[in-house]
Amino acid sequence: MQNSIPDGFPSTNDQEKLLADALALVQHHAFYMHRALDNNNLQDALKFSAQMLGELRTSKLSPQKYYELYMKTFDELRMLEVFFKEETKRGCTNAYLYEEVQHAGNVLPRLYLLCTVGSVYIRSKEAPAKEVLKDLVEMCRGIQHPVRGLFLRSYLSQISKDKLTDAASEFEGCGGTVVDAVEFVLQNFTEMNKLWVRMQHQGPAKEKEKREKERSELRDLVGKNLHVLSQLEGVDLDMYRDIVLPRVLEQVVNCKDELAQYYLMDCIIQVFPDEYHLQTLDTLLGACSQLQPSVDVKTVMSQLMDRLSVYAASAPEVLAEFSQVEAFSKLSEAVIKVIEVQQDMPLVGAVCLHVALLTFTLRVHADRLDYVDQVLGACVKKLNGVGKVNDSKATKQIITLLSAPLEKYNNVVTVLNLTNYPKIMEHLDYGTNKIMAVVIIQSIMKNGTFIMEADKVEALFQLLKELVQDSDGSPTLDELDEEDFMEEQNLVARLVQMLTNEDNDEMFKILITAKKHFQKGGSKRLGYSLPPLVFSALKLVRRLQEQDKNNEVDKVTFSPQEQGSSTEADEANISPQKVFQFLLQTVDSLSAVPAPELALRLYLQCAEAANDCDLEPIAYEFFTQAFVTYEEEISDSKAQVTSIHLIVGTLQRMHVFGVENRDTLTHKATGYSAKLLKKPDQCRAVYVCSHLFWIEDEGGVQDGERVLLCLKRALRIANAAQQMASVTKGSGGPVTLFVEILNKYLYYFEHGNQHITNAVIQGLIELIVTEMQSENTTQDPTVDAFFASTLRYIRFQKQKGDGVAERYAAIEV
Amino acid sequence: MNYIVGVFKQPCVISVKFADGDTRKQATVKKETGQSVELPVFSSKDTISGEVHIVPAYGKKIDHLGVKIELFGQIGLSLDRGYDFTSLVRELDIPGEIYQHKVYPFEFSAVEMPYESYNGARVKLRYVLRVTVGRNFPSNIIHDSEFWVRNTSPPPEKINPIKMEVGIEDCLHIEFEYSKDKYHLTDVVIGKIYFLLVRIKIKHMELEIRRRESTGSGANTIVETETLAKFELMDGAPVRGESIPIRLFLKNYDLTPTYRNINNKFSVKYFFNLVLVDEEDRRYFKQQEVTMYRLDP
Repeated sequence: MQNSIPDGFPSTNDQEKLLADALALVQHHAFYMHRALDNNNLQDALKFSAQMLGELRTSKLSPQKYYELYMKTFDELRMLEVFFKEETKRGCTNAYLYEEVQHAGNVLPRLYLLCTVGSVYIRSKEAPAKEVLKDLVEMCRGIQHPVRGLFLRSYLSQISKDKLTDAASEFEGCGGTVVDAVEFVLQNFTEMNKLWVRMQHQGPAKEKEKREKERSELRDLVGKNLHVLSQLEGVDLDMYRDIVLPRVLEQVVNCKDELAQYYLMDCIIQVFPDEYHLQTLDTLLGACSQLQPSVDVKTVMSQLMDRLSVYAASAPEVLAEFSQVEAFSKLSEAVIKVIEVQQDMPLVGAVCLHVALLTFTLRVHADRLDYVDQVLGACVKKLNGVGKVNDSKATKQIITLLSAPLEKYNNVVTVLNLTNYPKIMEHLDYGTNKIMAVVIIQSIMKNGTFIMEADKVEALFQLLKELVQDSDGSPTLDELDEEDFMEEQNLVARLVQMLTNEDNDEMFKILITAKKHFQKGGSKRLGYSLPPLVFSALKLVRRLQEQDKNNEVDKVTFSPQEQGSSTEADEANISPQKVFQFLLQTVDSLSAVPAPELALRLYLQCAEAANDCDLEPIAYEFFTQAFVTYEEEISDSKAQVTSIHLIVGTLQRMHVFGVENRDTLTHKATGYSAKLLKKPDQCRAVYVCSHLFWIEDEGGVQDGERVLLCLKRALRIANAAQQMASVTKGSGGPVTLFVEILNKYLYYFEHGNQHITNAVIQGLIELIVTEMQSENTTQDPTVDAFFASTLRYIRFQKQKGDGVAERYAAIEV
Repeated sequence: MNYIVGVFKQPCVISVKFADGDTRKQATVKKETGQSVELPVFSSKDTISGEVHIVPAYGKKIDHLGVKIELFGQIGLSLDRGYDFTSLVRELDIPGEIYQHKVYPFEFSAVEMPYESYNGARVKLRYVLRVTVGRNFPSNIIHDSEFWVRNTSPPPEKINPIKMEVGIEDCLHIEFEYSKDKYHLTDVVIGKIYFLLVRIKIKHMELEIRRRESTGSGANTIVETETLAKFELMDGAPVRGESIPIRLFLKNYDLTPTYRNINNKFSVKYFFNLVLVDEEDRRYFKQQEVTMYRLDP
């Protein structure tokens, strides 16, 4: 007798040995059984088969090993079954056999034999299948040992599965109806589940974990029953709803076991058709909220929603069913209820559920934005009790939650309509919020979504708060990783390009909104965020201007009004002036940052735009600002040089200025040039300034005298530089400057400046030659080459034989 | 061998042939030696008839004082020498000689045989046909041939189910039910055990059929109990609310009807004993008497 329940199973080695012994004994008894079968000796066959089955009475094997033993005896029982079949052909009635096997003294072998004969009995149709099945499933109650009971019932399930009185099966009719078949399977399922659940209480508490693992290995034995149920043809929706599901769920709920509840719910969801789930959502979801608090309901429900949404996607006509049964409202209620009931559910679980629900909603009701918002709202409610989320897993889920609509709609504008979206973001910590913000921007970029309304922009910036400005929870900027910060800000900058609208008024509003938010960002961010804003505004200016050109009349009528209300930014009708005011303020804030060089460039950019719009005062104002910036903020000499070049370059192209303004500005610019620190810089700046007096455009200033003046001055400075070099370094500097000035001379000479004569050029060439030959001069091959190519150019021009050549003729090289 | 022994011991071979010996039902009876013998079966009020064959040993002649056949009903207890409750005699021959194979027909018509043959642990009840060839010297030649008696009884008028709740406080409470309190010998016991409370770790449960044979009376009563069957009903530990079915076919066991106070000598009673065994091999049991009867075939 081996049926004592030990304190846990023996060790693995012992297990192997026990199994081997048991298998050998099975083999031994099976041998005698076979001999009895060959001799058609029923009594002996029964005796030896009972002995063989007696080996299954062991309690020492772990479920896994027990399974091996079971399989071995299972094979042998097949032989016995064939024998029983033969025996009935020899005139032995099934009823007799059915009774005969019940004489076995031990209950386990008796029941295995009974099931085996029962199988033959049903097949013979000598008795109604339902009666036999009912008897078998009842009698199997005799085994209360969990493992042995599970295997016995699994055997019953195995031998009966092709003999159920299913609709259209050969056993239906007088054998019973599908109701009987369902009843049988349900009963077997219920009993198996009870045994399975009970398994955890067998043995010492310290091995509970191991036992749960072993138990988990047996779960398919139980789940098989559900599979059988789902395979029954006769189980239609009505029967499923009225009988099968309630009974199964009753068992699931009542067993109060974590492992079983999770597994079985999952099983139900997986094995039965989606259509049934849809029609029985109430019942199914009702059960979810009744499960044990420790059950992973979220996965179960997620799977359900997942399946339903796949089902919804399978055929469009199915969608109507979803609305008909109000799938969404039922699911969302269930989610809320489950979260309510399961007090101990970690936050991540609750969020997971919402993610699942949201995924479902997005797949099934993509057009119902209100549903989506509702889901988010429910999540907000849950989060409200929590404050900032610190749990990393929950955070991850929230990100999934928030990303889902973005991915689905591929359009941030849609998402911006979700009022609860920002509320959820508020619950994220700083870092995560930023990540989410980045995700949002990336989504915009990837999909090329244009955000076309000011209020949408407003909403968007609410979401991007952490990127655009400092808030309470955020670390100071110094703590941030420089590179990350740059990357984020560049993203924000890119975003500006997506805020656009064809309508100018709206566009202007967008700009104002954006600026409002950017300005909260602090000095470090402004450097990144404002330039694109400025260019965006400039684009608007150009568009306005084009419209004006196309619509001269409008311009005339609108101009007087604009004068009066130019300070009000919100004014419905927008003019370039207003945009420029906006620009001025924007760039001003940049120079305050301070980012003077950037501000300078932007001022100049704006000035140029104003120039294009023929707005002299505005252009002048921008230039003034540029100069002020230069004077007050730019102190680095290199930056000064660059700035001067920029100023001169821009100023040269300005045509909007009257003589007075222009003089003031050119004067200023020339003045700055002469005050540069290094002589070569001075020299270069000065000769560049010469261009201010010579504009090739039609109607441009062409003041040859002042050009010459500039060049001469440059020459003087170059000389001074040369001398300084020879004093300080003992040798003269390279003659680069002279060659450069020569090139300027040639430029003006060619462009017909009368003040530049052959003689002057001739003199300069000679000067250069002399300088180059002088001992003091440092030899520099690049300069030589520069000079040589300049000379070559002159020779080339002389040979060209047109008007220019004539002028060149006088120059000797 | 027999022949040679016969030379010294018995001068003739006596045998009894029943009239319908070939067709009569036979009962397999175990002797004390362990061997089984087949005996013809009769019931009360049967007419027992047949022939007595006496074959003298070769070349011998038997002088006798008469030949008779007796029918005994005898109750034998292991300690006393036995007691005849029935005795019938038929004279077969007047004194004379037998020198060749002689056949005597005999008949006991409608014999009252109120008690069944019984082969118990301490008690034996048997019916014997004894042929006696009377002699002065050497002693009488006696031949016994046993037959078996089974009496059927009509089905009991009232059969009640046995239903009972038993338990040990705060430990184990069960309710069991047997479909009947009276069973015929090829009956099926149907029933169930319902567990109301289980606080002990039960290993298995079985149903025993026990036979109690009591002899003597008053202070001298001797009781002998035998367990005839052990039938496992349940394997493993049940929980509250479980109900375990019982189905036991009785025909496989060597049972007799219940005998109450047979001729004031002995009684045989049957009991169902429900036994639960826990993990420490403690046994919890409840015994219930059931009445067995023999049904008309």
